[in-house]
Amino acid sequence: MINLEFIINTLSLGSLYAMLALGLVIVYGILRLVNFAYGELIMIGGYTLYLLTGFTPLPWLFVAFLAVIVSMLTSLATELVAFRPVREKSLTAMLITSFAVSTLLQNAALLIISPRARAVTLPQIFQKSVLIAGTDVPWRNILTILTSIFMLALLTLLLKRTVLGIALRAAADNFRMTRMLGVPANTVISSAFAISGIMAGIVSIFWIGRSASVTPTLGAPPLLVAFVATVIGGMRSLTGAVVGGFVYAIIISLLGIFLPPDLLEFREAFMFVFVIIILLFRPEGLIRSKTSVERVG
Amino acid sequence: MPDISVTTSNHNNALVIQGLCKHFVGLRALDGVSLTLSRGEILGLIGPNGSGKTTLINVVTGLLPATSGHVFVDGLEITNKKPYQIAHAGLARTFQTIRLFRELTVLENVEVAAVSFGLSRLQARKRALEVLEEIGIVRWAEMRAGALPYGLERRVEVARALATQPKFLFLDEPAAGLNEEESEELLQTLMSIPERKNLGMLIVEHDMHLIMRLCHRLHVLNYGKTIGEGAPEEVRRIPAVVQAYLGKSAAGG
Repeated sequence: MINLEFIINTLSLGSLYAMLALGLVIVYGILRLVNFAYGELIMIGGYTLYLLTGFTPLPWLFVAFLAVIVSMLTSLATELVAFRPVREKSLTAMLITSFAVSTLLQNAALLIISPRARAVTLPQIFQKSVLIAGTDVPWRNILTILTSIFMLALLTLLLKRTVLGIALRAAADNFRMTRMLGVPANTVISSAFAISGIMAGIVSIFWIGRSASVTPTLGAPPLLVAFVATVIGGMRSLTGAVVGGFVYAIIISLLGIFLPPDLLEFREAFMFVFVIIILLFRPEGLIRSKTSVERVG
Repeated sequence: MPDISVTTSNHNNALVIQGLCKHFVGLRALDGVSLTLSRGEILGLIGPNGSGKTTLINVVTGLLPATSGHVFVDGLEITNKKPYQIAHAGLARTFQTIRLFRELTVLENVEVAAVSFGLSRLQARKRALEVLEEIGIVRWAEMRAGALPYGLERRVEVARALATQPKFLFLDEPAAGLNEEESEELLQTLMSIPERKNLGMLIVEHDMHLIMRLCHRLHVLNYGKTIGEGAPEEVRRIPAVVQAYLGKSAAGG
């Protein structure tokens, strides 16, 4: 039951969910906005893969790279066109805007492409597996894990060592104060949306890598996973997002093993029971931000 | 009070506030305040609670839009500019309630201020360490700001403001919540800054003992209006000031 295959599968799922959650939380940390259009960035990454693999002779790796770029640009565009004009108004206005952007992008995909699922040609390596200690391990899972390690390292390096990184961390801590110190708000926010888009793009590759098809509503399930993972882990910290992603993956995988077959279709419902239990004991998520204890006055 | 202030908008080396008004619904929080702060000078902004001191700082630093009036830094108008533009014009401030980046280290807190002025991380780190050394808290550089004792948080705020190399520094109740010893240390630190850094310092403070020893000049507000200004010794003899604010302490000492 809990063998090497299970462990690698869970690690791979957790890596995917961790990247997913990171992309959501990086914007939340600064704007306190749960960006409901985040799932659509993944959907757009998926359609980029579909169009470029189906209709151009470009090599797969380059197509994957372009999918990430397109997701990033879409993310930046939504910030510029939709979120920036309402940013100073209220958080509610931004939240509603994110629903609007989400619906708009979904409907654009419906109109321009098709409501039906489109098959995405995957590279050979996504179907192959490798024998490790007597277990068949899909390359896809190994690639997911390696990519997430690489991205986590890159993000950590960015946040710890660069000018932009320190500005982002300061803004996540206290955005208003950061602006008072002379950091332009737009630069910080655009960067956060760019990172969020890059994460969505990378996730789209591996998400599509599992389903091999793309639909206009592809964004909904990953958005839900990202949201739940960040709630479990703690909305205020990037570490929390990673932890939340892995915890989500572990619980859902264990449920897959231990639930009786009749109840398997209610796996998500059981998942949410666990989430509620976690939140009852840790209402701020597993990783508590040290700043969340607000000073009075 | 009619505004007869000389037009000093081309005044170099000074922060000039002309006829500044801030009206909230049903309240004139600032009602035509004019003042000038020169480089190297320490100006105390005093007045009873609710007289408009913090509002003045908030309007000048761009946190609140001015209803009317003008603010110039070295002749450059900064009225109603964005906070970061005002910061780049050479204004820095600290807050009544401390706002450190609690998840960042003390050093990183100061670095943020330095990088926002176009320094590389390496240069920023160097400048941050210099400022921490100056303020006497370099020992705590690697500590997480949220874990600092209260008395030191104030100093980090001052260090962070100084790292932007401001021409003018606004301190909003820097001694609030400090004990006598900490307050005295802060006084010693603050005293030498304006001359050494060639910056003008405006300080809002309720601790009159500290104000009287620190400030070269005082500006007194009451209900958003100026009711007196001048050297500390002169100001405490102005009847309107005595009545509005210094009443008790003037009678006592």
